[in-house]
Amino acid sequence: MSALLEVDAVRAGYGSVMIVHDVSLRLERGELVTIIGPNGAGKSTLLKAIFGLLPVSEGQVRLEGNEVTDEMPSRIVRLGVSFVPQTENVFPSLTIRENLAMGGYQRSGDVDDRIAEVLGLFPELAERPGARASHLSGGQRQALAIARALMLDPKVLLLDEPTAALSPVRRGEIFDRLQAVREGGVALLMVEQNAREALAISDRAYLLVDGRNAHEQAGPEMLANPEVGRMFLGLDSADGEDGA
Amino acid sequence: MTEILQLVLVGLVVGSIIGLGAMGLTLVYGVFKFANFAHADLMTLAMYLAFFVYVDIGLVGGHIGPFSFGWGMIAAVLFAWAGVAAVSVGADRFVFRRLRARQTGLLNLEIAALGIAIALQAVVQAIWGSAPLRYHHEIHEAWTFAGGLKLKSDQLLFIVLMPVLALGLYVLLHRTRLGTAMRATADNAPLAEASGIDTERVRMATWVIAAALTAVAGVMFALQSQLRFDAGFEFLLLPMFAAVILGGIGNPWGALVGGLIVGVSQEVSTEWINTGFKPAVPFVLLIAMLIVRPRGLFGSSIGGSS
Amino acid sequence: MLSLDVLTPLAGELPLLVTFSGGVNWTVGFLTTAAIFAIVALALNVQWGYTGTINFGVVAFFGIGAYVSALLTLDPPGQFENYVGGLELPVPVGWVGGMIAGGVLALLVGLPTLRLRDDFLAIATIGIATILRSIANTQEGLVNRARGLNGVPRPLEGMSRDLSIDYDLVLLIMTGLALLVVFLVVRGATASPWGRVLRAIRENEATTQSVGKMTTSYRIQSFVLGGALMGLAGAIWAHRIGTIAPDSFDNLTTFLVWTMVMVGGSGNNRGVMLGALVVGFVWFGLPLIQEELPDFLGSRVFMLRRIAIGLLIVGFILARPQGLLAEEPRVSRFAPRGEGGGGSGGGGSGGWLGALRMRLRGRPGEGG
Repeated sequence: MSALLEVDAVRAGYGSVMIVHDVSLRLERGELVTIIGPNGAGKSTLLKAIFGLLPVSEGQVRLEGNEVTDEMPSRIVRLGVSFVPQTENVFPSLTIRENLAMGGYQRSGDVDDRIAEVLGLFPELAERPGARASHLSGGQRQALAIARALMLDPKVLLLDEPTAALSPVRRGEIFDRLQAVREGGVALLMVEQNAREALAISDRAYLLVDGRNAHEQAGPEMLANPEVGRMFLGLDSADGEDGA
Repeated sequence: MTEILQLVLVGLVVGSIIGLGAMGLTLVYGVFKFANFAHADLMTLAMYLAFFVYVDIGLVGGHIGPFSFGWGMIAAVLFAWAGVAAVSVGADRFVFRRLRARQTGLLNLEIAALGIAIALQAVVQAIWGSAPLRYHHEIHEAWTFAGGLKLKSDQLLFIVLMPVLALGLYVLLHRTRLGTAMRATADNAPLAEASGIDTERVRMATWVIAAALTAVAGVMFALQSQLRFDAGFEFLLLPMFAAVILGGIGNPWGALVGGLIVGVSQEVSTEWINTGFKPAVPFVLLIAMLIVRPRGLFGSSIGGSS
Repeated sequence: MLSLDVLTPLAGELPLLVTFSGGVNWTVGFLTTAAIFAIVALALNVQWGYTGTINFGVVAFFGIGAYVSALLTLDPPGQFENYVGGLELPVPVGWVGGMIAGGVLALLVGLPTLRLRDDFLAIATIGIATILRSIANTQEGLVNRARGLNGVPRPLEGMSRDLSIDYDLVLLIMTGLALLVVFLVVRGATASPWGRVLRAIRENEATTQSVGKMTTSYRIQSFVLGGALMGLAGAIWAHRIGTIAPDSFDNLTTFLVWTMVMVGGSGNNRGVMLGALVVGFVWFGLPLIQEELPDFLGSRVFMLRRIAIGLLIVGFILARPQGLLAEEPRVSRFAPRGEGGGGSGGGGSGGWLGALRMRLRGRPGEGG
């Protein structure tokens, strides 16, 4: 049986500038997989290429064994993959409820039920569904971005640095929510700079360097790997975002 | 005092027309992010398309209640709506969408809009000529109200129609799925796309809705004064943009209030200054707003502020 | 003797955009007109082509130059005339005055708007053109209202009579020299480090600002230079035509100059002069074949040419955005971002918006 999501020797970038040169990975049902690596390694570019935001110039992306390489984002969403961008990931002038309704735009009929379900996962949003997104705190906004992406009941959730710019406490909350999402049966593929916290909850992790696979390991083991830790997690220093 | 009140009253009539036109302009501004310099000429087109049905085809005649026009005007406005919507959607398909896809910057869209405006104006002039026209030539008596204020039944209708249409737009934008999708697209089009919203369909719907406002406002303008092929650039564009900026770009309720402010101050100003300075009034308001508060009175979001 | 037949063939078709009778005189008259428009096109090229600043009120700067120069050089108002000025100064002083007036107007319009969004200036310039015309038409005792200013002195007229050279030829040579000087000034300015800053602003204002240049100040300088040159062109026009009235300075002039720049090639000085010649020929030449056209077209030739310039602008933006003569390849605004090394937008925050745009534009191999 094929993996839920497979990325096979993908090459992608902006225009003629290639950033991802040769990356392969897979995501099984119900897994939480984290991609780490130094700045400029092509982590975010890879997510965008999977979601069809950037053209894939070589290689394949397969969802449940069917090729979806280079499909438009609107079609990939329909096939069950949602994407949470790092920034500009909510509709600021819409209320929480409206943001969620837009996330579920393609659903027919039962939008309100789904909103109730999703809000069940995010109590901080359920308190005041009529609040505008622009009035939310950074952590709430990030929660809303994730909630919005869940509206279509995706099989796969792609997350681009969901905890960037959040305080440690808020980060912990987001990671808790993500674990809850995984327990709900959604597979997550996440790019994270706050690698230690992310790896601790990850089933597996990939290390990308210069647009290529450098290492693959179970999350906690990757965290314990002294080589990776020293080079990319900044475990020697206090700065968790240290790059090579 | 009566004189000033009378000017305020006329200003509200003019402001209703500017406000309705500006609502369409600001809606397009909010969703597409460019200033549509063809908007005023679309309004001119609407006046003449209505003229085509009402006078050229000859649905003219009769009266609806106390108003100066008959039932044929309803058909005329609907026809104008359809025509303006078709031209807008066509311009989008052939011009604006291509420029959007090419990412050459919004200013190129504005210059293209100017080109479309020039061509539209000349087409109207080529078909209907340069002389001003009217939908009818009957004398239409004004009603006199308490304090000697005078208002024609048509003008009263305009003042009433504006909030009714604005309410309709509010319901559309806030109570329907399509309207919410329009606001979402205005807020963050790539995210709307990534959420599975068909943003191109939303954009087309935006043109069609703006066309309705344009058609009504255009016909109102022509009933209030007359049909002129150059009305767009001469009388409409600047006041409408002033209303849009006063209210905050992309904010329809702001545009509505901005329109009333522009209309009333334009008319009341004639009490003290030469009418030749009338076009300077919206301009001064606009510049003052840009200096003091460029985001507009009510902030720029299509949902309006609460 | 006027070789220009200043016709108003139809109501609404205004006398600034004159038509000519045929023959050699037509050619001389046309070239003079084209040279004046070329100056305006060069001026707009400084503003739009090099700086990316939209001016939809070109005619306001042109018009104020014409009026100021006329008022400085005219005789004092006669019995039935009512205007300020009439200082009987020499024509060159009028030209300088027209230039200063255009520059000052640009400063006044640019100061409040240029630090804001680009489209605000576009709106403000449309406004200023409408307002100035309206005021000129209605304010008593200012510029003789709609009756206009007559007998604006024509430079070197006496000399041409003494030397028995055709005055139209003298005008053409004089205008051509003015164009040459303006061309050299604009070319020098745009090729200088100052011009490089302007282009950098046009390409990416945010980056330029981060390099520490005061972009607003540069944009205002460029806008003022353009406005001054438009004022100069207006002044030359006033003395060439002899009679000016408010309604001859309508928006058509603005549209025509924009068409010249878009057709000729924004950002290319020789291109926009070529545009002035080509578009000018279409505009002024079309009425010459009026007789040859079938009646339903012939009677509408003046509207047809306006439809034509509208469609020319749109057509060139769509099919040949670089114009007839493309800007010399530095980093063109029309080069898609990301190709040719503009990858700075790729990484940082908000990069995913850029990504979707890239995606909507199509795959990299095509056309890259």
